[in-house]
Amino acid sequence: MEHIPPSEIPHSRHRRVRPKSSVQFDDKVIFHDDNGNLIYVNDPIKTNEKYEFAGNEIRTSRYTLLNFLPKNLFIQFHRVAYLYFLAIAALNQLPPLAVFGRTVSLFPLLFVLCVTAFKDAYEDWRRHRSDSHENNRQSLVLQSAQFRPKRWKNIQAGDVVKILADEMIPADIVLLGTSDQSGVAYIQTMNLDGESNLKTRYAKQETTSLVLPDACAVSGVITCEPPNRNIYEFTANMELNGHKFPLNQSNIVLRGCVLKNTEWIIGVVVYAGQQTKAMLNSAASPSKRSKLESYMNRETFWLSVFLFIMCAVVALGMGLWLVRHKDQLDTLPYYRKTYVTNGPDNGKHYRYYGIPMETFFSFLSSIIVFQIMIPISLYITMELVRLGQSYFMIGDRDMYDANSGTRFQCRSLNINEDLGQIRYVFSDKTGTLTENKMQFKRASVHGKNYGSSLLIAGNNTAAADSGKQIWKLKSEIPVDSELVALLQKDSNRDERITAHEFFLTLAACNTVIPIICSSTFPSCGKGESNKNIECIDYQGESPDEQALVSAASAYGYTLFERTSGNIVIDVNGEKLRLDVLGLHEFDSVRKRMSVVIRFPDNVVKVLVKGADTSMFSILAHGEESNNGIWQETQSHLNEYSLQGLRTLVIASRDLSDSELEEWQSMYEDASTSLTDRSAKLRQIAALIECKLKLLGATAIEDRLQEGVPEAIESLRQAGIKVWVLTGDKQETAISIGLSCKLLSVDMQQIVINGTSEVECSNLLADAKAKYGVRSSSRGHQNPKCETDSKHGGPDIHNGTKSLSMPKWNPGKEEGTTAQLALIIDGTSLVYILEKELQSELFDLATSCRVVLCCRVAPLQKAGIVDLIKSRTDDLTLAIGDGANDVSMIQMADVGVGICGQEGRQAVMASDFAMGQFQFLKKLLLVHGHWNYQRIGYLVLYNFYRNAVFVLMLFWYISCTAFSTTSALTDWSSVLYSVIYTSIPTVIVGVLDKDLSHRTLLQYPKLYGAGHRHEAYNMQLFWITMLDTLWQSLVLFYIPVFTYKDSTLDIWSMGSLWTISVVILVNVHLAMDINQWALVNHVAVWGSIVITYGCVVILDSIPVFPNYGTIYHLARSPTYWMTILFIIILALLPRFFCKAVCQIFYPSDIQIAREAETKSKQHDDLRSKLPISN
Amino acid sequence: MPWRVEFEYSRFSQQELDAWQPILTPSWAISIFTVIGLIFIPVGLASLFASESVVEVPFRYDDECLPPDYKDDALEYIQNDNINKTCTRNLTIKNKMKAPIYVYYQLGNFYQNHRRYVKSRDDKQLRNKASENDVGSCSPEDYTSTELGHKPIVPCGIIAWSLFNDTYRISSNNKDLVINKKNIAWKSDQLAKFGSDVYPKNFQIGGLIGGARLNESIPLSEQEDLIVWMRTAALPTFRKLYGKIETDIEVNEEVMLVIENNYNTYEFGGRKSLVLSTTTWVGGRNHFLGMAYILIGGVSLLLAVGFLLLYVMQPRPLGDPSYLSWNRNPGSLR
Repeated sequence: MEHIPPSEIPHSRHRRVRPKSSVQFDDKVIFHDDNGNLIYVNDPIKTNEKYEFAGNEIRTSRYTLLNFLPKNLFIQFHRVAYLYFLAIAALNQLPPLAVFGRTVSLFPLLFVLCVTAFKDAYEDWRRHRSDSHENNRQSLVLQSAQFRPKRWKNIQAGDVVKILADEMIPADIVLLGTSDQSGVAYIQTMNLDGESNLKTRYAKQETTSLVLPDACAVSGVITCEPPNRNIYEFTANMELNGHKFPLNQSNIVLRGCVLKNTEWIIGVVVYAGQQTKAMLNSAASPSKRSKLESYMNRETFWLSVFLFIMCAVVALGMGLWLVRHKDQLDTLPYYRKTYVTNGPDNGKHYRYYGIPMETFFSFLSSIIVFQIMIPISLYITMELVRLGQSYFMIGDRDMYDANSGTRFQCRSLNINEDLGQIRYVFSDKTGTLTENKMQFKRASVHGKNYGSSLLIAGNNTAAADSGKQIWKLKSEIPVDSELVALLQKDSNRDERITAHEFFLTLAACNTVIPIICSSTFPSCGKGESNKNIECIDYQGESPDEQALVSAASAYGYTLFERTSGNIVIDVNGEKLRLDVLGLHEFDSVRKRMSVVIRFPDNVVKVLVKGADTSMFSILAHGEESNNGIWQETQSHLNEYSLQGLRTLVIASRDLSDSELEEWQSMYEDASTSLTDRSAKLRQIAALIECKLKLLGATAIEDRLQEGVPEAIESLRQAGIKVWVLTGDKQETAISIGLSCKLLSVDMQQIVINGTSEVECSNLLADAKAKYGVRSSSRGHQNPKCETDSKHGGPDIHNGTKSLSMPKWNPGKEEGTTAQLALIIDGTSLVYILEKELQSELFDLATSCRVVLCCRVAPLQKAGIVDLIKSRTDDLTLAIGDGANDVSMIQMADVGVGICGQEGRQAVMASDFAMGQFQFLKKLLLVHGHWNYQRIGYLVLYNFYRNAVFVLMLFWYISCTAFSTTSALTDWSSVLYSVIYTSIPTVIVGVLDKDLSHRTLLQYPKLYGAGHRHEAYNMQLFWITMLDTLWQSLVLFYIPVFTYKDSTLDIWSMGSLWTISVVILVNVHLAMDINQWALVNHVAVWGSIVITYGCVVILDSIPVFPNYGTIYHLARSPTYWMTILFIIILALLPRFFCKAVCQIFYPSDIQIAREAETKSKQHDDLRSKLPISN
Repeated sequence: MPWRVEFEYSRFSQQELDAWQPILTPSWAISIFTVIGLIFIPVGLASLFASESVVEVPFRYDDECLPPDYKDDALEYIQNDNINKTCTRNLTIKNKMKAPIYVYYQLGNFYQNHRRYVKSRDDKQLRNKASENDVGSCSPEDYTSTELGHKPIVPCGIIAWSLFNDTYRISSNNKDLVINKKNIAWKSDQLAKFGSDVYPKNFQIGGLIGGARLNESIPLSEQEDLIVWMRTAALPTFRKLYGKIETDIEVNEEVMLVIENNYNTYEFGGRKSLVLSTTTWVGGRNHFLGMAYILIGGVSLLLAVGFLLLYVMQPRPLGDPSYLSWNRNPGSLR
């Protein structure tokens, strides 16, 4: 295995990743002097007088006290739902249509507006708080020739600021000078791009000399491009004393970065506040909508069709009735078309506008009466329910990461239920499956294998004597005692010398920056003074290098100082100052890196490390003994890579004077060359990187996170396909795949490594032919399996695509794909994803059980997600931790960020964020399942609840000469969905759970319920609607027959209906509740009590025509008998079907529930249940 | 949206509250059906029995009381004030009626629940003398005509305007059966909805006369016919209480009905009936609820038996994992 080029190591992502949103800006960044911003250094007043620069005050809050009301209303009315409410309320204000009282009709709208406004206000208050915290931070700003603290919000463009170490940068700043003579500053850009390593920035030589720690004599003009959100580019000119020079990306420090390892920097603010790149980039990620919600919208469409039909029927009825009675309209005692008294209105029509208009008005007023047929309040209910669900997800103890102290985060509140239907999981590898904590594990030195038994060295054993410097590493590294002993042996044997050089190479051949922590460390030795103990931390672009340097330090070779010309290494207490004559950086062609070092004794050596494939060819041939070592090392390397370790080969060579001279002159030429510098350097490297002496090999482990194999196994049992997309090498990816049980040894591996379109196409076709993958439309069926899957019906894709026929068969799929694994690399993907081969890949990939994509670029990750997303209806989930996963996270239906080593970029883009990969298991199998079941039921129940009410009103209207009278009082009609029946819905949506988390985790296959759309599908919708129809007929006709030819008045009838429908829908809900805790009882029965309370109150207000109704009604036994009969008769068919299904055709969930209840009763029974598979 | 709440790890936040998990087992289903059956059948029987014991004598008189000469011109008959509208009929009561006997009038095809009608009233005006001018929702019956001074009508609105004005007298063996018209309205309406200081004013004085006139010296709270009428009916065929007879009527007793047939239902083909009826705890004579209860009770019992039989023939052990879909279908096992 080989060294990974720093620029391609997954952790150093800055060059590869750009926030997706910035891409569109790239082309526009054409810099013209004339439209640039002019910044007068240290003259904010002049700078700001011409241009309207923003101050440095930032505002993420949306509202102020003054504009809250208008602005919030404006934003709220962007939602269709509210416009619907508004339109209905407005319709109701028209005199001919006034169905409800004016105030009453506004109530639902006001209620919803208030609830939302309250929520918005609370969120905004929190934003205000964090804003004011940011704005009131202080920085040192040059004010009247002295650096004095100034609040961030008062800083302006043109101000000269001084930042001290570990301080945060307040605005985008062009460096003028730093504490370092050469003008170098190190910054950490974690908040910006998520990278934890340090980056270097430079002040221009022209200005560094003018800057002192307490003063700044620079007074030039900077012309820079207008503010933009591209954090990887900056173009500007600076004019200083008539001399003009360019500024670029390496001269600017962005807001949000932290100064590290540099005492101070001084710079001038070029962009402040909202114009800073950090703020321009803080746009929210696009909001996603859940699958279930889009299905729900389809059904809502059906409901609007029903609504239209009902309104049309009423209008038609009204029209026909008017035509039939048009001669009597004047005299009908209950119609009275005209004013007949000889008043001023004599002969005029009283609210009569002719038959066509009356028909039309009747249509409109029936929309008002039937408005809740479209369950607009459902959207609000769903929001509340999702909020409650998030509360439980966040609070789940099993998803709390104790190591980092992070809880689960719900960053998006719209897609909770999607978690219950995930079919594909796309996972990043490094940092997601693995811990991304590189650890030096094994070493092969001089043909000998070390590291099989590692001990944590209590302290640096080599430095036991007092007086010597003791280096304390941030993390303890176990060492091999044998190797330590070898190093301490005072011998001149080859073995000892090789080992010495081996570790020198590890310590010297890298680009790592050592950082000495100033904090005093608690004494670790007894009675030993701690003044000589210093802790050291290594910062570098590649975690692999950090691991190697740390390991060298643990063995006594501590790199503790690096300046541009030399490095200082502490070798077991002796300080060794080495001149670095030259450095050939890693590149992907050579796949190795080398340094040329002059030792204090004037010996010049070249130290090389690199990937095994590139190293063995340049080793010196000849001596017999070498061959033995070679073979040993080779076999060690094989052993390491089988264990999933990342390996590097270490070698060195002495340079003769002539060689050195030749190299040196050419190196200087090349490194100052303006054209083709890297190619020239590469050629020169070949001069010295030859005839090397093999020192040994290293193996670094990137440990799997805890519980990853188990989680993957569970997900797979649940019918979820896990794909790993990694920037790593193929070998590494495969070895990780093996160790996390994604791949097993007996799997057939299909490897696609094409370098051209034709090759890829051939490889794909071969693989498809070989493993019998059928093409496109037939989906992924294997001929061999077709014979035994006659029962299967349509193929899997048709099955999952059409909701109305959930005939998905889990068995079939697993049977065909059990043995296939697809491994594909980024180069092939370039050809495949951009050409017509996509569908070929899709066919192949979906028929494999495992897909590993290696060496993929961030955008390719998104491309692969898109491949699945655009071709199936299956839901995808992407999980990753780094900035390179952002595009994939945003592309997938559900994006999950791991809050890990690599900052917050992935988390910021994600919908959910958590501490470890293994939480995915509980998130999907338990919370996903629950959320899906709950929301699915919630939607159906809300449809039912509103439709049954509306239908009941509809039947009654046919008894009122189609005059859209509602027997119910206005308030009851309005309160029905707001108060009478809303609370239990929310409670059930948040709290009801069909199965305990233990059962769900024990039988991952129960997750298939979500794949099969069991909780919500078209069929269920229509069944529910049929049930609704029946129940509404019962509701209407039972009282009508019971009180036929009686003295019952309209308000009594309305009261009876109000109570009946409320009890009915609540009992209906009660029948479906899976789990009865106290709160359910309170909500369900409480709602009925509240309804009675409201009815009693409404009937106690004498000014309402319905005054006293309930008191009269409640005295009559017939009233109570009617209600009881309605409830029983309405629910009888439903109960019957439920009983039949439960007893004779139980679903998996129902069986599991029975088992659960049973095992609760007899705990011992649980052991008898064989765990599936 | 970032969301931070401070948590304490409780059984609630972990969703592990103790809860009852109902499972619809066969025994539950069977017992529920049985219980429904056992409750419904007796209740139904009792209700049916009570309803059966009610004696009801309906007499439809809109066509019956129309003189044969006016058969084809009912409107002329009813609108001409000069024609005598009195109509006398004899009825034989087949069953003994025990006091109190309720006298109802029943109107058919009269949409008292029409939206235009229901809304045409003003409850403030009815309650409160001070709100006499409050006729906002009453048009077109809000003010008198201009000749009459454009004054507010009390009670306003077409409900009051169309007040029923047929009157009945019932006698048996030349002895009047007194129809008591007191306490026919709801007490609550009399006490709180219709003011004791609100007197009818300008009512039924101009233009088209809709129905009965009101005695202007009696406050609305005592105008019980009006109060009854203003409780608009729920359905287009409805009864309203006219009065109560507080003496029994014996079997085969012949009663004479004297009906003043004033109310114009011929206009829209509405039916008018006079109904004498006794009452029990279920109300009037209506077998529907009793029969429905018995029917559903019976169906429930049948279902219970059905479930029992099916279950005995095809039992399934509860929570048996071998019934799980992936276990039932061996093809799916890897």
